[in-house]
Amino acid sequence: MGRTAKFSTAAWFLAPAVVIVAVLLVYPIGQTLWLSFHDAGGRTAVGTANYADILTTPQIRRALLNNAIWIVVAPNLVLAVGLLVAFLAQRVRGATAVRVVLFMPMAISLVSAGVAFRLVYDESPDRGALNAAVVTAHDAVRPPSRYHGARPRDERALVPAGGALQTAGTVTAGENVLLPLVGLAPQRLPAQARQAGTGGDGGAGVRGVVWSDFTAVGGRPGAVDTGERGLPDMAVEVIRDGAVVARTRTAADGTFSVPQLRGGGYVVRLAADNFTAPFAGLTWLGPALITPALIGAYVWIWAGFAMVLITAGLAGIPKETIEAARTDGAGDWQILRRVTVPMMRPVVVVILVTLTVNVLKVFDLVLVLAPESAQGSASVVALEMWRSSFDHIGRGSALGVLLLVLVLPGVLYNVHRLRRSEP
Amino acid sequence: MLRRWRGTAAGLCCTLLLAAGCSAGAAAATGRYTGQSVEVVGSWTGAEQANFERVLRAFGDQTGARVRYTSGGSDLSVLVSSRLGSGNPPDVAMIPQPGVLAQYAASGAAKPVTGAVAAAVRANFSPQWQQLGTVGGQLYGVYFKAANKSVIWYRADAFAAAGVGPPATLDELTEVSQTLVDSGTPAMTVPGADGWPLTDWFENVYLQLAGPQRYDQLAAHELPWTDPTVVEALRTMGRYWAAPQFLQGGPKVALQTTFTRSVADVFGAKPTSAMLYEADFVTTEIAKLGVYRVGSEARHFAWPSLAGSGHMVVAGGDAAVAFTDRPVTMDLMAYLASPEAAAIMAGRGGFLSVNRNLDTAVYPDATTRELAETLLHAETLRFDLSDMTPRSFGGGNGASMWRLLQAYLAAPASDPAVVAARLEDAAAKAYGAA
Repeated sequence: MGRTAKFSTAAWFLAPAVVIVAVLLVYPIGQTLWLSFHDAGGRTAVGTANYADILTTPQIRRALLNNAIWIVVAPNLVLAVGLLVAFLAQRVRGATAVRVVLFMPMAISLVSAGVAFRLVYDESPDRGALNAAVVTAHDAVRPPSRYHGARPRDERALVPAGGALQTAGTVTAGENVLLPLVGLAPQRLPAQARQAGTGGDGGAGVRGVVWSDFTAVGGRPGAVDTGERGLPDMAVEVIRDGAVVARTRTAADGTFSVPQLRGGGYVVRLAADNFTAPFAGLTWLGPALITPALIGAYVWIWAGFAMVLITAGLAGIPKETIEAARTDGAGDWQILRRVTVPMMRPVVVVILVTLTVNVLKVFDLVLVLAPESAQGSASVVALEMWRSSFDHIGRGSALGVLLLVLVLPGVLYNVHRLRRSEP
Repeated sequence: MLRRWRGTAAGLCCTLLLAAGCSAGAAAATGRYTGQSVEVVGSWTGAEQANFERVLRAFGDQTGARVRYTSGGSDLSVLVSSRLGSGNPPDVAMIPQPGVLAQYAASGAAKPVTGAVAAAVRANFSPQWQQLGTVGGQLYGVYFKAANKSVIWYRADAFAAAGVGPPATLDELTEVSQTLVDSGTPAMTVPGADGWPLTDWFENVYLQLAGPQRYDQLAAHELPWTDPTVVEALRTMGRYWAAPQFLQGGPKVALQTTFTRSVADVFGAKPTSAMLYEADFVTTEIAKLGVYRVGSEARHFAWPSLAGSGHMVVAGGDAAVAFTDRPVTMDLMAYLASPEAAAIMAGRGGFLSVNRNLDTAVYPDATTRELAETLLHAETLRFDLSDMTPRSFGGGNGASMWRLLQAYLAAPASDPAVVAARLEDAAAKAYGAA
């Protein structure tokens, strides 16, 4: 048996792997590189124009920035949540059940998770779980106003004053002040609301009526018509020389009166509290919060992965080491900091590197979870690559190469580690 | 754009699963093409797919060919491009954008139709629809399905509660909207989370405001987007969008509202606003929700005109385009141009045809019939402008026109001239690359 025979045997064993690697890895990478120096149709060489193009397009710079945010935040957050859960799960009964539940999202594809989280993040509190929670919490502290959305019938007679509405001119005692409002659907009026009062004739003091001045057919704007209901329980303030001189509330027919006031020069104001706009929750999938929202969904999916690796790592720490530390007088916190964490270091590094590579390639979650209108703000390099490729294969390939270059350090580090751990 | 509101997820699934499913075979019968199979790809899914498969089955029964339908969902052009790239094109694709059709014709991927197919198209379609399927003097596309995009849907109960009737002019629309708001009902729902409804807004306003000649010039990019007429059209839209409470929830909520959601917001169990602007295919969605009956409770009026602009319609449509020139492919194309094929699908609802020889009595209800007749008899008809532009500008998720109009919707009080300048930048780039 000579050297040559050995060599040819090795070649035979290696051949299938070489073919697979060549066809499925080397060739596509080479092809992508070649295409990245060509035009939209992949025919004419254009030099480095595609690279210049992608590095100057604002949209792609935005995607790079988003990728940077993802890399800094997502892996660390996943790690933190994973660590926390792994430590806590050690101390509860039924730890295995907890771990299984937390690991479950890993079994769900990112696309399905994206669809599910679209419901969680939905704008409307009636549909979105998160906004429902936020709005309920907010309303418990500050209940929504009764007449939000109402507007004066005549915007010159009743003018806005810092959320409140007040008469543009002054009124005199004895006069019947008409304060017509519109924009309130009939079903939004309180049950006790009755036909608006006309105020009758005479009567002393500052008085008037606040009512919903809308009749579908035949209503006269600014006049109390039959069928138009008063707006009860509206907070009314009477002001003279900039100071509030009286406060009252409207009756079921919308009338109010402050009989003790005499003379003129009063301004009637409907307090701002009547009209405070209801809290509608947060726009999770809007341009401002979209990336944090996406990272939240990502953490939900990947926390289980980190937890499982950490749990395995913890199990691998020899009991003797911990006992030795305890004998030397170390407390729980010191053991965690000085023994557990340093011994877990390799596991933590593996998690971070794996997730960094994974996060750089994030694509499907963004595509599915971000609405069309927020995809510009949420964009990442992989998404831009996908979008570009169908119009301009050259630019798409250039983005693919960029992504490869960005991922490479992480991959090389993992390979290096793997080598070192070999016997 | 026609059908991009189908969830991206659905499109993705279909693209990924196209080897496994999303197709249906037609039973082989005896005939000229027994043993041969033809593949048609399109963007239709669900009920539309089922109805279209009936048409294909009828062709199969006549000729013995096996016809397979594959759905590309909202990413049809991705599917077609990748199949072309791998040298395995479908026989026929139902393409919703003349712009994309022109690109395939220019690259030689699409096959021109002649002989019996061309004769059938000439016999059954008006010169304008023939022209829309023609590139460089050669006929490529057979407009099997059409859409009427100049129609606003409204809730009859909301209009009655506000004591208003359907408006005919833009000023009347503003007036009606204001009265609706005063009655406590937000006037309009705008599905701004999808980009294409906003392009449809622009097209209608622009056609009314600038007229068909300028519309054609803009579509061909002979007129720059910075033209004063474009700025004026944008300003008109912005003024409406910015008016307090005209838009359900305001622009912020509009940008989170997808097409399907918008139909539920107006015609669902808990309706919020009174009007919805979208094309005829809304009827299918309204029927699916099952709360409002189309025709009596959910009604429509034509897109309001501007002072003396006359009746103008923006239309859309899916053209059958051949990618192989086998005899069976060409026979299928001729069949799709026939009134018999159109009648099968028209009879099942949710479908409009511009086949002149189709008896409009086959439409299942008065609303659909009326919408179809509007398309056939419109004084001025223009094809959806964004669909005639290059894909990266007007024709797909992430297209610049969609994004820029969404940005405008986010801040409708901003300067329309700035928006127009951005549109021009994007258009110059897209037309330059195409």
